[in-house]
Amino acid sequence: MNRFAWLLDRIAYEPRRNGKLALIADYLRTTPDPDRGLALAAMTGGLVFRNAKAGLIRALIAERTDPALFALSYDYVGDLSETAALMWPAPRRGTAGAEPGDNRPPLTLPEVVAGLRDAGRTELPRLVASWLDALDETGRWALLKLITGSLRIGVSARLAKTAAASLGGVAPDEVEQVWHGLEPPYLPLFAWLEGRAPRPEASDPAPFRPVMLSHPIDDGDFDRLDPADFSAEWKWDGIRVQAVSGTRPDGSRLTRLYSRTGDDIGPAFPDLVEAMTQDGALDGELLVMREGAIQSFNTLQQRLNRKAVTAKMLSASPAHIRVYDLLVDGGQDIRALPLLERRMRLEAFVARLGSARFDLSATIPFADWDALAAARADPALAGAGADAEAVEGCMIKRIDAPYLPGRPKGPWWKWKRAARLIDCVLMYAQRGHGKRSSFYSDYTFGVWRASPDGEKLVPVGKAYFGFTDEELVELDRFVRKHTRSRFGPVREVTHDRQNGLVFEVAFEGLQRSTRHKSGLAMRFPRISRIRWDKPPGEADRIEALERLLPVDGAPEPPPAKKPSAREIEP
Amino acid sequence: MTLARQRATQRRRPSELLIPTPAGLFCPPADIHIDPVRPVARALITHGHSDHARSGHGAVLATRETLAIMALRYGEGFTGERQVAEPGATTRIGEVDFRFVPAGHVLGSAQIVVESRDLRIVVSGDYKRERDPTCAGFEPVTCDVFITEATFGLPVFRHPPAHAEVAKLLESVRLFPERAHLVGAYSLGKAQRVMALIREAGYERPIFVHGAVEKLTDFYIAQGVPLGDIRKVAPAERKSLGGEIVICPPSAIQDLWARRFPDPVAAFASGWMRVRARARQKGVELPLIISDHADWDDLQATIREVGAGEIWITHGEAEALAHWCGTVGLAAKPLHLVGYGDEGEGEPEAAAAEASP
Repeated sequence: MNRFAWLLDRIAYEPRRNGKLALIADYLRTTPDPDRGLALAAMTGGLVFRNAKAGLIRALIAERTDPALFALSYDYVGDLSETAALMWPAPRRGTAGAEPGDNRPPLTLPEVVAGLRDAGRTELPRLVASWLDALDETGRWALLKLITGSLRIGVSARLAKTAAASLGGVAPDEVEQVWHGLEPPYLPLFAWLEGRAPRPEASDPAPFRPVMLSHPIDDGDFDRLDPADFSAEWKWDGIRVQAVSGTRPDGSRLTRLYSRTGDDIGPAFPDLVEAMTQDGALDGELLVMREGAIQSFNTLQQRLNRKAVTAKMLSASPAHIRVYDLLVDGGQDIRALPLLERRMRLEAFVARLGSARFDLSATIPFADWDALAAARADPALAGAGADAEAVEGCMIKRIDAPYLPGRPKGPWWKWKRAARLIDCVLMYAQRGHGKRSSFYSDYTFGVWRASPDGEKLVPVGKAYFGFTDEELVELDRFVRKHTRSRFGPVREVTHDRQNGLVFEVAFEGLQRSTRHKSGLAMRFPRISRIRWDKPPGEADRIEALERLLPVDGAPEPPPAKKPSAREIEP
Repeated sequence: MTLARQRATQRRRPSELLIPTPAGLFCPPADIHIDPVRPVARALITHGHSDHARSGHGAVLATRETLAIMALRYGEGFTGERQVAEPGATTRIGEVDFRFVPAGHVLGSAQIVVESRDLRIVVSGDYKRERDPTCAGFEPVTCDVFITEATFGLPVFRHPPAHAEVAKLLESVRLFPERAHLVGAYSLGKAQRVMALIREAGYERPIFVHGAVEKLTDFYIAQGVPLGDIRKVAPAERKSLGGEIVICPPSAIQDLWARRFPDPVAAFASGWMRVRARARQKGVELPLIISDHADWDDLQATIREVGAGEIWITHGEAEALAHWCGTVGLAAKPLHLVGYGDEGEGEPEAAAAEASP
């Protein structure tokens, strides 16, 4: 446990990717089985404990600390495990007990993992509390990180697997390919990487394959690209998914639906899993489709992050995949084939599938870049028809390129529609989490609206990125100096016609919403510019936003119980 | 009229003696401000950090060291008139007595005891309780109203012993003898305290300093604080300083200036280093939790020790400390004074300005 805690602590302070890789690889090389495999599982999200969850930590700390002080501390630190580790009332300074570096009794990682996995719901709190009493701050923090599962130390599953791959000098993708057939502590994996055993059989018939990502295209890039080498299609505003089906040696079939990071989201989409009746791996965009029309992203959000889904939801918000690539056809991996060939195989695959849940992402015909620019400017006229609202822009793909994992530069480009801009006034600010911990970095902003007592600001959205770290420091200072009142963690910032701060906010689309006071919901809002120069009285009015609404934009359904965050492509 | 009533009418109410204003704490019966953030006619100043000690006042009353530090930083013309507050001596202004008592924050730092008609308020300024070889220790003064900071007023802030943090630094120097160790430290107080602690740990090699730290370090040495062999870094010798300790302003550790050192280890000596995200935001590899402010336990201990029935909180994490006061039956109010370090320990802006050598 000491070494594992030390590793997490070192990684947390290591800003360089190569530095992190070296630390993890060194740990895996010098730590015995099964400890290293369990550590690898922790970093790849492979340890899930039925009873040990974040709620347990909250309950333990609530028994020992004042709830108001815990809330203020958590708000400041922005990380549950760290807050609890720091606040844990351990014996300190001079008294007997845990001093830094003194983790008595020497807990081992396998011991901790077994305890977290096997202890019953009633005995678990006492067990974890006794460990916390015996560990120093770093040890407590590492233990709590294990329990919450999300380490948030800047290590992705991919990075950890890359470090593991370096032990055997193999490509990270080779580890990826055997990965889904393995269980922690991955003894056959390490045996293979260290040359002590053959490559493990990939026994999983429906493994995840790392997705291919695109680069944003700049105006200057077009001069160097020949339109004849590329095909184009719409970039749909949904969730990137990979639908994989395979047959086991015994003839039984397995279907999984993966997010772009390899999480299995199948349980939330039984309607799609059922419809995937042929072996293969499809790459496409998850959308909600009603009567042949794509619904807003808000509607799709109702179906995300659920463990189970109700029959009502299945019929009200049917899921759909608009497919654009085929990675595996039957049992054959076709990723090495050029896009044009994969596309022909894809068309045949979808035709054979014959399900209304899957359709092809249409290609956009264009002769030169100007023609594509015209199509991007008006998707409705260029073939997207009624679904034009769900178009985020264009994807431009080299027709001779293989399917490559990661974000290779050159084969795939994204060309987003120009964002919409509006001047809003900063109204409230809250502290951020993770990287932005303790800075006031989440901003609620509003626009002017007529009311019986004159012009009033009405909140229209919230954004927490779009600014540099230097700007964040200035914004944070502004919030502190112009706080008008405080509501728990929220600071109300001065906002009248003369005093306050104007943001130029960029966003992708707009929907009617019953969730917000203004009746509007912005899609993907971010701060595009800070208008230090502009008096708030000159910010935009609500009418400017209402003009941007889709003509017959129906209100979204009532909010889901669990709000879900979408992963946003960096 | 009962005796109690009579006494109540005679005794000053705290709100008559000191009131928070946008310029800082104001004492109407003496017509003075304490640590004003704007130029005023007459100012009493607790210590030399630039968020508390600003230039441009008509007259300043402060300790000898604080006046000297202000003159060093702003030039001799930093104020119209100046008057030395002798340790322990009382200065009467109008009907009010003022006394400067050590605060243990940095060299020359003081609490100001404000007393008038049976009412005693202590303005503690910034303070700490942990031993500091470079300045006089905090002396608790019993009072009716205690005005405290709350820079680290959350139960997550419990500073480990400073000598253990310095041991971490020296261990890293031993482990990486080829790398230069750049230690970010505020140029007034923290920098010299870290140097003194390094000496106490038995480290005898020269300690190198960034130009922005030099002047105040020389001042500390001149005041009789032994810091050993201190050398200013010459730009050309940076690449030869592998294995050495270099003290610089916090902003310099991410500067272009820092890149010339051999594979530098970025360290930062600050109470903020308690929170991992704060260290990561600053790109700090080796966080050293060394603070010149009282931590959560010491804030509580001090409040109990001075026996005040009422606690005013100037800046920092005021809500949490006020909440705790409530749970132990003490009246507390956050003043939300603007312009003090708030969440920046000491003086982030000044440090940035001084960073260019």
